Amino acid sequence: MDNMTNKEYQEYVKKKIPKPPYLKNAIRAFLIGGLICLIGQIIRNILFSFGLDENQVVAGTAIILVFIGSLLTGIGVYDKIGKFGGAGAVIPITGFANSIVSTAMEHKREGYIFGVAANMFTIAGPVLVYGIGGSIVVGLLYIILTSGR
Amino acid sequence: MATKRIGSQTIKFENPPSIVGTASIVGPKEGEGPLSNYFDLVLEDDTWGQKSFEKAEAKMQEEAIKLAIANANLSPKDIHFLISGDLLNQIISSSYTARQIGIPYFGLYGACSTMTESLCLGSMIIDGGFADKVVCATSSHFSSAERQFRFPLEYGAQRKYTAQWTVTGAGATVLSSTGNGPYITYITPGKIKDYGIKDASNMGAAMAPAAFDTILQHFKDTGFNPADYDLIITGDLGLIGRRIVIDLMAREGYDLTKNFSDCGVKIFDGVQQDTHAGGSGCACSAVVFNGYIYKEMIKGNLNRVLLVATGALHSSISTLQGESVPGIAHAVTIENLS
Repeated sequence: MDNMTNKEYQEYVKKKIPKPPYLKNAIRAFLIGGLICLIGQIIRNILFSFGLDENQVVAGTAIILVFIGSLLTGIGVYDKIGKFGGAGAVIPITGFANSIVSTAMEHKREGYIFGVAANMFTIAGPVLVYGIGGSIVVGLLYIILTSGR
Repeated sequence: MATKRIGSQTIKFENPPSIVGTASIVGPKEGEGPLSNYFDLVLEDDTWGQKSFEKAEAKMQEEAIKLAIANANLSPKDIHFLISGDLLNQIISSSYTARQIGIPYFGLYGACSTMTESLCLGSMIIDGGFADKVVCATSSHFSSAERQFRFPLEYGAQRKYTAQWTVTGAGATVLSSTGNGPYITYITPGKIKDYGIKDASNMGAAMAPAAFDTILQHFKDTGFNPADYDLIITGDLGLIGRRIVIDLMAREGYDLTKNFSDCGVKIFDGVQQDTHAGGSGCACSAVVFNGYIYKEMIKGNLNRVLLVATGALHSSISTLQGESVPGIAHAVTIENLS
């Protein structure tokens, strides 16, 4: 194997690895992601039926979904949903709750300040930084492009 | 004058150290695996009543060392050196264990190759006349490794097909200048091999070239061939790494299809236990060797074994910085001498 270059070896390794079942994964992600959205829609309709306005319903739906995601993480269920549903479970707001609660739980032994508080955004942090950062850029572009109109 | 060296990398012992006692302790998942009956202790709870996974790992290593010494009918004061290592930053499991045990201690970092690295060094210390009794030990814990190298336990991420499952367990071997075997007769310490694999969840492929190189060098130095062994077994290459080594050895004219296995393949039932490419971690080769292999050798079902523990010497920081994974493998010949 001394005459094999790094590149040749990496190509060789690629051939040894079975391809992931993309279609199956996509269907599962669709089912789980769709189910979470369906639950969100049901919560939304119920909140509307209580006579809340649009802003209150948006906030209320997010709060309830985050609570459900956090609770399922705390009782050790969400990681199983994530294993089955992949991105379908990671992308919705419940996945965001999972990323924060799971890291907070993981670091409890290192104390509440440098353990829980310092680590709870290690996975969610990049999403927040680039999510908020991206929205500012889009907002600025919107102002620039629409100013003078 | 180094009189015990043969070939370019191998050492042949003049007075082969004898294994006089071993111990293996594993977590609940390993206890459900195919080798369950070979382990000295299967834990029902992977925290073992401790407040953290790190403490649980240190306790496993401590109890494994004590049990191995007791199985050799010795007490800790009879042991001249403790040689151990683990996966955690600054090898805390081993050092906290050594604090409890009170034996002069050498801490190693060889990642998952620690079992054979410690056996190599322990055997040389004994054959060199620097000690009569040495304990070699290592441990790993799925949950302490997972948080250091990957994601939180409850995070809903999917594992890749190539990912391996860190074995929760600890193994310890007592080596002695006198005893009835099995004996350590040859060692071939390995060189680092790195073919630029950067994916830390494909460690089998990263370590396979190191395992291949060490096994090939062992055969060249000693003149042995695969048929001279009842079993040739690597540490934690898993399904993919194992296939690569068989393939690469075949290209060099060595047939490993008959008696070659991998501790990471043997310890779990990959389909039933959902461990993807197999087991990994320092404890993988440690518990398979100190449990399964040693006991089969005592029974006489195996008489000559080449144990090649494999290590991936990356860190969580080197992975983030885009560095590749350096692999290492050390080979140890263990045999029943008549």
